[in-house]
Amino acid sequence: MNRNYMFSLIAVLLLFLIAYVGVAAVGLEVLFGVILPYLAVVIFIAGFIYRVLGWARSPVPYRIPTTCGQQKSLPIFKQASIDNPSTKGNVVLRMILEIVLFRSLFRNTKMKVKEGGRLFYGFELWLWLFALAFHYAFATVLVRHLRFFTEPTPQWLQLIEDADTFMQIGLPVLSLSSVVLLAAVTLLFLRRVLLPQIRYISLAADYFPLVLIFGIAFTGILMRYFTKIDVVGAKELAHGLVSFHPTVPEGIGAIFYVHLFFVSILLAYFPFSKLMHLGGIFMSPTRNLTTNSREVRHENPWNYPVKVHTYEEYEDEFREKMVEVGLPVVKELPPEPEEPEADETSAEEKE
Amino acid sequence: MSDDTPKPEEILSRSHTPPPTGWLDTPINIRPGMYCYASNPKSVEYVGLPYPRQWNPLEDDWQLPENWKEILFVGMRDRLERFRSFKVFMDICVRCGACADKCHFFIGTGDPKNMPVLRAELLRSVYRNDFTRFGRIFGKMAGARPMTLDVLKEWWYYLFQCTECRRCSVFCPYGIDTAEITIIGRELLNLLGLNIDWIATPVANCYRTGNHLGIQPHAYKDMIDFFCEDIEEITGVLPTPSLNRKGAEILFITPSGDVFADPGTYTAMGYLILFHFLEQKYGLDITWSTYASEGGNFGFFTSHETMKRLNAKMYAEAKRLGAKWILGGECGHMWRVIHQYMDTMNGPADFLDVPVSPITGTRFENAASTKMVHITEFLADLLYHDKLDLDTSRNDHLKVTFHDSCNPSRGMGLLDEPRYVIQSVCKNFYEMPSNTIREQTFCCGSGAGLNAGEDMELRLSGGLPRANAVRHVHEKHGVNMLACICAIDRAVLPALMEYWVPEVDVTGICEMVGNALNLPGQKKRTTDLRSEDLPGMEDEEDADE
Repeated sequence: MNRNYMFSLIAVLLLFLIAYVGVAAVGLEVLFGVILPYLAVVIFIAGFIYRVLGWARSPVPYRIPTTCGQQKSLPIFKQASIDNPSTKGNVVLRMILEIVLFRSLFRNTKMKVKEGGRLFYGFELWLWLFALAFHYAFATVLVRHLRFFTEPTPQWLQLIEDADTFMQIGLPVLSLSSVVLLAAVTLLFLRRVLLPQIRYISLAADYFPLVLIFGIAFTGILMRYFTKIDVVGAKELAHGLVSFHPTVPEGIGAIFYVHLFFVSILLAYFPFSKLMHLGGIFMSPTRNLTTNSREVRHENPWNYPVKVHTYEEYEDEFREKMVEVGLPVVKELPPEPEEPEADETSAEEKE
Repeated sequence: MSDDTPKPEEILSRSHTPPPTGWLDTPINIRPGMYCYASNPKSVEYVGLPYPRQWNPLEDDWQLPENWKEILFVGMRDRLERFRSFKVFMDICVRCGACADKCHFFIGTGDPKNMPVLRAELLRSVYRNDFTRFGRIFGKMAGARPMTLDVLKEWWYYLFQCTECRRCSVFCPYGIDTAEITIIGRELLNLLGLNIDWIATPVANCYRTGNHLGIQPHAYKDMIDFFCEDIEEITGVLPTPSLNRKGAEILFITPSGDVFADPGTYTAMGYLILFHFLEQKYGLDITWSTYASEGGNFGFFTSHETMKRLNAKMYAEAKRLGAKWILGGECGHMWRVIHQYMDTMNGPADFLDVPVSPITGTRFENAASTKMVHITEFLADLLYHDKLDLDTSRNDHLKVTFHDSCNPSRGMGLLDEPRYVIQSVCKNFYEMPSNTIREQTFCCGSGAGLNAGEDMELRLSGGLPRANAVRHVHEKHGVNMLACICAIDRAVLPALMEYWVPEVDVTGICEMVGNALNLPGQKKRTTDLRSEDLPGMEDEEDADE
């Protein structure tokens, strides 16, 4: 039993009960349907901006990109223009590949010690695959939810929905994204629980969002396919929220409010957590800078003068020895070298 | 190597399964063989860094200043405000674990705190507690903990078990760079005088004498003269290099390790042969310097400020001598400093010209601002234009593989230039497996100032992945020579090879160039630069006689 994931499971279960009891028994629809969602969105937007501005306030003193391929040097060598980008355009490409395709994670390998002490590094694409599936499914689900905020449903949204439900299973038609999201989030959770190394590095703060998102997907699927909430009512509420004329229609069903509460918690939690990697990846100095630091000078806004050991000080200390072996000196030796003798002993003691 | 050093089988059989107690609750055990001795107070004092004192990592009392926690807190706050990298990397890690088995120290030691993610978490846990509301409220559940003496010791132990190689940052989906965290973490430790001596004393030496080894100018000249005499013995030609010469077109700077210890010395001889050839044939106008006699920069392993103070000598000397541009020798972290820091810290170098090869006329546009060119860039250009007179058969007995040094690979992208040079001077070249070279190269295990003698177990463990890949090509292709472009590599890989793959020797690239290069007026060459008989060549001579 691991305290970290138990904590997260219990926390999400408690949140479920709070919302369910709050709506079903106490009748706090306005709180869970209007007040908390508004509050969450405000916290999310303000928090997100605050964090990004916080990062932006700190300068980038040095140009430290990780170069993952051949540099631009002589024409005879083919530059890895994306992995070692010397132009802003290629940096943009590198960032797009990083953000859209998780390019660095795609490189992932797994080390194994084989017979006879041989180390072997095999491709390990599961994490990349789960992560990609998770993020894309989540994004699709999010986009699909725009249906609740638009009237009439735009055509492009309809196209996405059609693609998402192309398998035509069940009624209402099962959307692929929900299933993939639930599966991916489960796999990412199990990965943390089952792999000893990953379990070791995982904090409660790593399990919690996974469990919470599982809860969101689960309640979503539950009300779409099983408890069948009042979709018209839900859409009315959503509409009210975005048009700033909130209404709370009767009888949408408690599970809807649980779903909305989970989403509110996620939004409010977001800016204070590791989920901020969404904003941070754009700010990562090892990825978002050109690598032409020898070609174009990078300015450090807080560069300050430092104490250095000048050539003059150096020659003063070693002049006699330099003259002795015929090294050129700037100042000639004084006619009677008495003082340097004393200097020399003290200098040698320092070694 | 002491008797306490574990056997290779012991290192190989280390488990990578973490202990049952969580990392926040597992106390550290500072173990001999895995750490470097504390800094000598005289060295710390010489460069004016804070709290010079005698202290011992194994003792309970580290003689810390009374307000040490406050110093660290203020230091951390200051660095969060000055380095976006630090701030972002403290915040956005999702602990996906992709970096875990990318670290040579984790692979070699099995110690979970050597997973890059946990190395960073050691700092993050304190960051969360001191700088985030979330961490203060949720404490351990959010992975936050207050700074204590044990945490500080953990920082010290594990930040000096990282070679700042950046391999993890290649695989991190957000580009989180443990090197950056280690660099800043060490900077914080230095605020309390907690450096290791293998870094502190080279820094003091470099500040005073111009190089890490503390070679004084007259001794430096003696060593160069000595190499020239050796070259004369081997080739019949005596090179006549100049030192500290004003008015030279090019200033040459290389790590001092190359003039001090084998096999780096043969690389230094390679430079001398190359420059002599180019001088005789094309009138190359180049000088060495005793004041700027260090390419490497152990200040980089101390703090950004110390790095800048040591690095300042390069431009200062180029300016004083009136050189047009700077040529840099084979070194690893030296090139990260030059490529990514020097111009920003000590530039603009507007008193220098955009480097142009005086022999081929090639303009090194990629160095247009920093005005410093890597010797393999310079060489590759010469070779491409067929400007060298080579007899590569003198390298026929070598079966070479190439170890990409961490910093030129991941902090620069110098990958094809050295390969081009090697393949131009030696016909037998074999690559190690693709997951162990180029941007995925494995560290020698001794970089970033960890190349001391007392931490040999750490070095041999960390060097395991590199050695393992060398063993692979040794067994498969009969590779007998490991080429590298880094002075620390040349200093540490021989010990690593002796331990893991004793049949393989270590060389710099310019040594191989020196072996192949024909000097005008040379005698029949029967030995290589190590004065070892060249197979086949001596027989011929015997037959001639």
